[in-house]
Amino acid sequence: MSAEIGLAALWLAAALAVLQMVSGAFALNAAPGVVNSLAIYARPAAVVQAVLAVLAFAMLLWAFAITDLSLKLVATNSHSMKPLIYKLSGTWGNHEGSMLLWVGVLAASGGILAIFEKRLPERTMGAALAVQGFVALGFYAFLLLSSNPFERLPVPAAEGNGLNPLLQDIGLAIHPPTLYAGYVGLSVAFSLAMGALMTREVNPSFARVMRPWVLGAWVLLTLGITAGSYWAYYELGWGGWWFWDPVENASLMPWLAATALMHSVSVLAARDALRTWTIMLGVLAFSMSMLGTFLVRSGVLTSVHAFAVDPERGAFILGLLGLYIGGALTIFALRAGDIAEGKRFAVFSREGALVFNNVMLSAILAIVLLGTLYPLLTEAFGVRVSVGPPYFNPASAIFVVPMLLVMAVGPLLRWKSDKPARLQFELALIAALAIGGIALVSFFGQFPLLPLLGLGLAAALAVAAVLPLRGRQLGRVPVATWGMVIAHFGIAVSLFGMACEGAFSQERLAAIAPGGTEQIGDFTFTLESVTPVAGPNWTAMEAQLAVREDGGAPVILTPQARTFWSPPQSTSESALLTKWNGQLYAVIGNQAEDGRWQIRVWWKPFVTFIWYGGILVALGGVLAIAGRVKVDVRRRRAVVLGDRRRADLEALGVSAPVPAE
Amino acid sequence: MRNRLWLWVPLALFAFFAGLAGYTLTQEKEQFVASTMVGQPLPDFALPAAFGGLPGAAKADLTGGKARLLNIWASWCLPCIAEAPMLDALKNQGVEIVGIAIRDRPEDVANFLGRYGNPYSRIGSDKISEVQLAIGSSGVPETFVIDAKGVIRYQHIGDIRDSDVPKLLAELEKAR
Repeated sequence: MSAEIGLAALWLAAALAVLQMVSGAFALNAAPGVVNSLAIYARPAAVVQAVLAVLAFAMLLWAFAITDLSLKLVATNSHSMKPLIYKLSGTWGNHEGSMLLWVGVLAASGGILAIFEKRLPERTMGAALAVQGFVALGFYAFLLLSSNPFERLPVPAAEGNGLNPLLQDIGLAIHPPTLYAGYVGLSVAFSLAMGALMTREVNPSFARVMRPWVLGAWVLLTLGITAGSYWAYYELGWGGWWFWDPVENASLMPWLAATALMHSVSVLAARDALRTWTIMLGVLAFSMSMLGTFLVRSGVLTSVHAFAVDPERGAFILGLLGLYIGGALTIFALRAGDIAEGKRFAVFSREGALVFNNVMLSAILAIVLLGTLYPLLTEAFGVRVSVGPPYFNPASAIFVVPMLLVMAVGPLLRWKSDKPARLQFELALIAALAIGGIALVSFFGQFPLLPLLGLGLAAALAVAAVLPLRGRQLGRVPVATWGMVIAHFGIAVSLFGMACEGAFSQERLAAIAPGGTEQIGDFTFTLESVTPVAGPNWTAMEAQLAVREDGGAPVILTPQARTFWSPPQSTSESALLTKWNGQLYAVIGNQAEDGRWQIRVWWKPFVTFIWYGGILVALGGVLAIAGRVKVDVRRRRAVVLGDRRRADLEALGVSAPVPAE
Repeated sequence: MRNRLWLWVPLALFAFFAGLAGYTLTQEKEQFVASTMVGQPLPDFALPAAFGGLPGAAKADLTGGKARLLNIWASWCLPCIAEAPMLDALKNQGVEIVGIAIRDRPEDVANFLGRYGNPYSRIGSDKISEVQLAIGSSGVPETFVIDAKGVIRYQHIGDIRDSDVPKLLAELEKAR
């Protein structure tokens, strides 16, 4: 029964998306300041549609919770003996369920926009809601016509067919919803950008409406990428933390676009500059989200993250992509020329630095996009290639290094125009730290170029990040500024972790018989025993590794080689020993014929800083949202007070001062 | 007056990508791993019975006399349910089918056969996919044509559909 409720809710939501789209479009057909009477249905339609889409997802969640094996999706992806948490995460661990989650979040964010956003002119708002409804409609059609999650089996299955064991992990249970919420948060930015483009009202008040959505989506994307990177690090058992895999790139590209958008929307809000560029990035950010979904779901690219693939579905998503991105870019090409030019600024100014970094971010995005799509291009000519770190690392570094340098200086600059002479001390300090850091590290040994540059830049950036606080009363610094400082500091922390991992990692691969001892760095590890262990749906060989640091008390690490039996698949569970200054990473391999076991151990100094940095960056984003909301509430209160005072003055017959924007 | 031509650049780039992706999507993609064991003799193996009702399977059971089908399956595998009627049809045409049950339990095997029919003459139990890997099968279900000398002649990956039955019969005929 619950599946039928879910399906009905989905159809009704699709119908409401049509209403939202049509009614919202009528808002455009009105003089400024007048509300078309047919446009009033868009908001309620968006709200009810959100409720229905969330209900549909809840119904699917329920079917997975009770392992309703009469549902095809449950039978294919779940198993009655799986722990409850993984039954639930199985809901979005497959194509149909994840697409339902996708539209659920899309509809929910549309609903929230419709309820709370009262600042924009009705025409822009109507147009934005129409676009939001149009996007939702396409994805409802995709679900209902080609990926129905509520399909019943003619005969209920006796038992489910499991879940990809790689996906049976708590990190991954949370990872996709976070990332999807981020992707889809960008859909609101997209809709608002299209709305403003259609009404030509690209101005600071529009930017202030768009900003919290961009910030929120960006925070979620940051967390999603950080979590995904840590997942790949300990779950894949290869010791790396970023593989430039298409699925990883699919989450990185929207983040890059969103980072650029977030900064450009701030310039628009504060200085009324970069109008066209902000709209372009709004379209680009959501396009990258959809492109990511397409690349992951269509199977046009091969990835270590195995998802069910289906060319027909790929064609459907490609069609939607063509409709939305192609449509948006066409409107952009036709309309963007009519948008009045924003305020001008000097090259050496805060805006100038932000524009430079926007261009750098876009260039990195282009590099990643090209590398991700290149295999697609060569495959069209019958050649299969895999583009990896040898391309991505140096190619992106060309743009990352200048970007980080400008990022160190940018926040110190004044808006509109500034003089280098004013910042002599700061510029000298940043340069000294970068060069000094590199010189100091090279003094101790030969290291690869990129990690070396990373170490120097991390030192300079960490100090530069807090320089904007110099000479200010800390208690009076705006919350949003704290957010910027912490986020930029987080980048330095993360960079430090990456550079240390690249420069100082040690690796030891040894075949050890039980009782044997090996050494890595300051650590000795002894293989005490290898024993079989069993979990709810897997069996494993588990090694007991006694690790001693400088001959101290032993810590037992237990890496496992797991074998899942439904479906049969082997995974490597790494075991980690986390110290404040790094991680010891151990995996167990195969047993050799003479009875010795392959044990692989890495010592990765400060590797955890990569993810601490990511969390700091996200925290900075949260503070920025909090700060903006606080200022916004205060501004609204002030406007109400000002209006009241003006009305009083006018009642007294005195001419009132006109407020400045 | 600003030059408006650059505003069309993003659309042009996207159109190029869409065309490329569309072209790639229409191309057939090799999704399956073909066994390099086709044309080679079966590896040596002797598996115990998967449940009480039928004997186990060994290499000797697949050599001598005639061509046979070797079906790799499991009771927990959904496509195996889908192909059960086709296996029955093959059996009714006089084909001997030897099964290998992957990572299975006796009660589940018995249950499956009771529910979807039993086309097998023998079923070996491969608890750790050892024989499966040795003959170059990467998933369930897969079906191999083994000729009278015990040489692997043909590999069918995935469930057997209606349309696959004549092809398998032809391969069996060739392998006789």
